[in-house]
Amino acid sequence: MHEDTRFGLDKKTQLLGPVQLDSGVEFAPVEFAYETYGELNADKSNAILICHALTGDQYVASNHPVTGKAGWWTRMVGPGKPIDPTRHCIISINVMGSCMGSSGPASIDPTTGAPYAMAFPVITIADMVRAQALLLNHLGIDILEAVVGGSMGGMQALSWAALYPDRVRSAVIIASTARHSAQNIAFHEVGRQAIMADPSWNNGAYYGHEAPTAGLAVARMAAHITYLSEAGLTEKFGRRLQNRDAKSFGFDADFQVESYLRHQGLSFVDRFDANSYLYITRAMDYFDLAEPHDGVLAKTFAGTKTRFCLISFDSDWLYPTAESRRIVHALNAAGAAASFVELSSPFGHDAFLLEAPEMNRIVDGFLRAGESR
Amino acid sequence: MTALRPDLAIIAREVSAHARILDVGCGDGLLMAALRDTKDADARGMELDARDVATAVARGLSVVQGDADTDLADYPDGSFDYAILSQTLQTTKRPDLVLDHLVRIGRQAFVSFPNFAQWRIRFAHMFGGRMPVTEQLPHRWYDTPNIHHVTIDDFRSFLDERNIRIEGQWFLSGDKPRDERLANLLAEHAVFLLRRD
Repeated sequence: MHEDTRFGLDKKTQLLGPVQLDSGVEFAPVEFAYETYGELNADKSNAILICHALTGDQYVASNHPVTGKAGWWTRMVGPGKPIDPTRHCIISINVMGSCMGSSGPASIDPTTGAPYAMAFPVITIADMVRAQALLLNHLGIDILEAVVGGSMGGMQALSWAALYPDRVRSAVIIASTARHSAQNIAFHEVGRQAIMADPSWNNGAYYGHEAPTAGLAVARMAAHITYLSEAGLTEKFGRRLQNRDAKSFGFDADFQVESYLRHQGLSFVDRFDANSYLYITRAMDYFDLAEPHDGVLAKTFAGTKTRFCLISFDSDWLYPTAESRRIVHALNAAGAAASFVELSSPFGHDAFLLEAPEMNRIVDGFLRAGESR
Repeated sequence: MTALRPDLAIIAREVSAHARILDVGCGDGLLMAALRDTKDADARGMELDARDVATAVARGLSVVQGDADTDLADYPDGSFDYAILSQTLQTTKRPDLVLDHLVRIGRQAFVSFPNFAQWRIRFAHMFGGRMPVTEQLPHRWYDTPNIHHVTIDDFRSFLDERNIRIEGQWFLSGDKPRDERLANLLAEHAVFLLRRD
């Protein structure tokens, strides 16, 4: 496998496709940016697909090319970790619609030679998964030992199990949901409106000009609040003032929490495309796994042979435990092999990205049990 | 492997090979692991305590964190060969409804519980005038998880009312089996194998 150029770090490829999108559009050609870690074994039975969240990317365990920061899930992925390149062939693909090299609104439309911008088709979580299946075909991987994801990555893992039950032996779904709630959609709409209200957005046609960074930063700030817990914010910032002894009686970032959010917003715009933010949040809002099955989630998993492991966090109010429990009830009703646990953490939705020894212990045991079958 | 508790050992012995089982209140999964390893059972579990669930899942078992009082309704009728409720009945809010679900979900059901009519408990109550604290039931009145104590005779008359048939019964004093005679007075634990008529 050493000289197989399809595998390795920072890979790019273009496939003819097409991907049949939920909107009815046939999208082609399809660009993919992805990374693989570890080697595919002889019977191709050790492949694990890791799906990333809204603003994540393929750099799950290697340094981000823009920020220089370590991969976003090195606590879970790496030698000696639950997902281990010495045991597994790990694949991480930038989702369709994103901006780190896979087809998205900033990609060049071959029919015009210019970025797609708003001409990029509206996509769904299922479309992302269909595109990923295309790349796995190209890699010669028929069966996945596991699909693993947190947040939007968990939605993809669920969709993988629903769309390709015979290709997925195990699915790990962390801090996720089977549908976007009204509240989830509402927060996303705030973010989208912030972007579209920025004059620089220019109906999406800002490539080559100034980008709507102010709008995107506000979108990120609003979203970031939903990733943290009230208790976490209080502990980290309280009402403490930022580099000053008294209130300014102005609109500077008096409070530490303001300064922190502004920093989160500003650093985000350096690495993310505003139109991608519109398209991916839309895909998440359209997500309702039970919709094609008359709203009955159990029917989605009828007869499935896939093993499921779900983990939620008690302080996560974006995708609260009740949503994981809905999925578990449906899996039980479908007779699926399912495990579920709610873990305790003060860190809200973001907990899945942070140090969580119990989460690692569960994922490790769950994956190893699948390997010994 | 850690030795199984005597009531679990009985259940582990009696379950037929390759069965599909649901262990309600499975703890950290000791019985499930034993059934998987010795009977090749397809075992699923439900447990309230998050730490126990984590341990069971790390053992490779399929266990969901859930509450017998609220989370059994989603399991379809007859979806398991056996539903098992070991030493959990007396901790539920509505043991009657839990038992109804148990014999609905499992084609057969194992239920084990501490017998509150055992003579030591009767003595403690009659002569001590206090809520009994014994080796089997070590909790005090205010911190006990056992909120619905039951005796073997109570349990039998409940089964009668609900047309639930007894297909097997075992009684224990400590880890020693004992026969059915005077079980309500002498046995510390009972294990029943049930089927809905």
